[in-house]
Amino acid sequence: MGQVATLLAQRIALSLLLLFLVSILIFVGTIILPGDVAQSILGQSATPEALANLRAELGLNDPPLTRYFAWLGGILQGDLGTALTSGQDIATSIGTRLGNTLFLAFWAAVVAVPLAIFLGLLAVRYRDRWPDKLISAVTLASISIPEFLIGYLLMYFISVRLGWFPSVAMTNDSMGFWDKLNAIALPVMVLTLVVLAHMMRMTRAAILNVMQSAYIETAELKGLSGLDVIRKHAFPNAIAPIVNVVMLNLAYLVVGVVVIEVVFVYPGMGQYLVDHVSKRDVPVVQACGLIFAAVYIGLNMVADIVSILSNPRLRHPK
Amino acid sequence: MTNPLDFMAGRVSAGKMSRREFIGRASALGIGAAMANTMFAQAARAATPVKGGTIKMAFQGGSTTDSLDPALATNTVALMVIRFWGEPLVELDKSGGLVGKVAESFEGSADASTWRFRIRDGITFSNGQAVTPEDVVATMQRHSDDESKSGALGLMRDIKDIRVDGRDVVFELTSPNADLPYLMSDYHLMIQPNGGRDAPDAAIGTGPYILKEVDMGVRFVAEKNPNYWGDLGHADTMELLVINDNTARVAALQSGQVDLIDRVPPRTAKLVARAPNIDVHQTSGPGHYVFIMHCDTAPFDNKDLRLALKYAMNRQELVDKVLFGYGSVGNDTPINAAYPLFTELEQRSYDPEKAAFHFKKSGHDGSVLLRTSDNSFPGAPDAAALYQQSAAAAGIDIEIKREPNDGYWSEVWNAQPFCTSYWGGRPTQDQMYSTAYLSTADWNDTRFKNEQFDQLLFAARAETDQAKRKQMYADMGQIVHDEGGLICPMFNDFVEATSTRVSGFVEGIPGQVLMNGYAPHQMWVNA
Repeated sequence: MGQVATLLAQRIALSLLLLFLVSILIFVGTIILPGDVAQSILGQSATPEALANLRAELGLNDPPLTRYFAWLGGILQGDLGTALTSGQDIATSIGTRLGNTLFLAFWAAVVAVPLAIFLGLLAVRYRDRWPDKLISAVTLASISIPEFLIGYLLMYFISVRLGWFPSVAMTNDSMGFWDKLNAIALPVMVLTLVVLAHMMRMTRAAILNVMQSAYIETAELKGLSGLDVIRKHAFPNAIAPIVNVVMLNLAYLVVGVVVIEVVFVYPGMGQYLVDHVSKRDVPVVQACGLIFAAVYIGLNMVADIVSILSNPRLRHPK
Repeated sequence: MTNPLDFMAGRVSAGKMSRREFIGRASALGIGAAMANTMFAQAARAATPVKGGTIKMAFQGGSTTDSLDPALATNTVALMVIRFWGEPLVELDKSGGLVGKVAESFEGSADASTWRFRIRDGITFSNGQAVTPEDVVATMQRHSDDESKSGALGLMRDIKDIRVDGRDVVFELTSPNADLPYLMSDYHLMIQPNGGRDAPDAAIGTGPYILKEVDMGVRFVAEKNPNYWGDLGHADTMELLVINDNTARVAALQSGQVDLIDRVPPRTAKLVARAPNIDVHQTSGPGHYVFIMHCDTAPFDNKDLRLALKYAMNRQELVDKVLFGYGSVGNDTPINAAYPLFTELEQRSYDPEKAAFHFKKSGHDGSVLLRTSDNSFPGAPDAAALYQQSAAAAGIDIEIKREPNDGYWSEVWNAQPFCTSYWGGRPTQDQMYSTAYLSTADWNDTRFKNEQFDQLLFAARAETDQAKRKQMYADMGQIVHDEGGLICPMFNDFVEATSTRVSGFVEGIPGQVLMNGYAPHQMWVNA
């Protein structure tokens, strides 16, 4: 067990180091962007005195290293700073937006992950026969169509023609839980279609790979049914690659849904980030960048940990 | 509709069919004029506004980074939100004149250099505070002092002094301006308690609604102000959603989630209008799409080359193919019938022979470089390609350079000698010309410097005899038309749409988009 603990500790430490490096990258990236933050806040009408005042107020005259550690120190204490454009506390504004994004990502994952794995298993069970081909064709088609187009198509047929679900997925605090679910039905469908193929194909490939092994043949020879062989012998040994691709897609559901948020007018992180990038609101961009990086690194870390734990050679060292 | 008469009655109730048209069509169905007249009256009575209910609307243009401070308002969403809670001193009326809001009346001195506004008695802000002339003065000062970042700053430059005199607010101008009251209708100049100095973004004003929920760039909810002094506003609740994506906005209307949207894409407007539960409205406005040449930069410093390029423009083709008919042809001046004191000039039309003649006379050799981008106006690259074709027929070779959207307004517009752009228009001719055609204007994007024009502009500003003013503006229009660097192929209409759940939208209201921003107030939910 000691070896596993060491491996896990290493993995977590590596992730933290990575996050730290990313924070440097984000900070340097936003510093070397052309244009001065004070200048972009004040605009064309800036007088030299006003510029100097604002630069002092924002601490822009300090050396970059001091500013970086001040920023990092703030973040470690949960203080993301204030937005330049609105003067509001970033942590508060991001809190709601991040909550919305996670709400959407969670329900998309709840639908997409089990469905993808089930379809993957089904495709293996009937491989090279019509269910396998049908599943592959449909999921590959849905991943190949740009997601905004899927959005428009669902919007037109399900919302405008059939009137089943609203085309605008705007949620707010006064809505009840079921109202919210109803509102996000269409974006959940689109996101499911977008991430389904990747996870399904990976599940299918990983299990097929395992199916070549001698112990699968043994299982078949001792008379287990097709699905039982997959469930009891193939799937547990294919977990590592499947979890990897699932985590990758979960990360996409959190950080990559800007287009879907715009199409369905969903008040999540993506729209918030884009609005602030176009106004050069650097503190918000830095905060969003760091949160996205943390989500990505965190989910990949979970994937690594799961594959370590699911590896029997690591769990039962000689 | 099963019965054509029912359908016509519906059109009358919706304010879309006149008495003359109704009687004409009714007689085509074999109904006598007297009978038809009675029926028209009945149908029109059905158009009486209904109080109460919620109107939901979706507009383009809002962003998470917006502020509620009216001084910083730049987009349609900000305009519409301001219209809920705030009011200016005066406002445009249906015929392009002015009507008092926070000011109940106004008058100017004989030479138009002093203006006096009488502040309406007994009206209160939504926080219960009474409106005083001091609040008005503070508001005007906030928009015009040195630290001001107000979008109305440019309008306030000629104001020398603002002071309180009893119930009046008096404006002293550095130079006479007969249009000063029009400037006061600007949507940035909302009267706020203490001018909004304490809390510029508190959204407290004298408007017919009070903001209840604010989620910047996402959603706004406003409820009727029970203490509003006037009779504006029928619905109890307004819900405004920000939907920037064109397709999503149209879908929200089609699926019945909202009752009113702006900017229906001209390309699909006719398709949208085919739905039985949707009405598409078009209103001509002062907004126009332009091809602008710098009059002081070679080769465009040659008047003959400018004329050649003007004659090479097929204006009607652009209206048909770029605006899909939702607009009207321009005449190489920034002014159209949407402006007061407008005089129609002789229409310049596509004439390859004249274009070839002037092009030859200019002595220019080789191609002309035109820069364009997607965001300079909707369909600009298409318009540039059509222009290239019509110019080629006159032997003029136009080279098109497609510029990126990002940075177009800082790197290309007002910087490069020939490019595509747009103007939203201004309430008066004086403002439009002062903003972009005066020699010293910051936004003189055609580098048009004409002494005679400048003199006329100042003279017209001070002239209080409307007939003389009208003549001066006609002369100025002629100068820009002949000498200027502006090729104005088209004025774009505002294309907006409502669901049949609501009534009261009227086409042709002068001013800004959406019935000058008052569409939600004038509309009601059908009983």
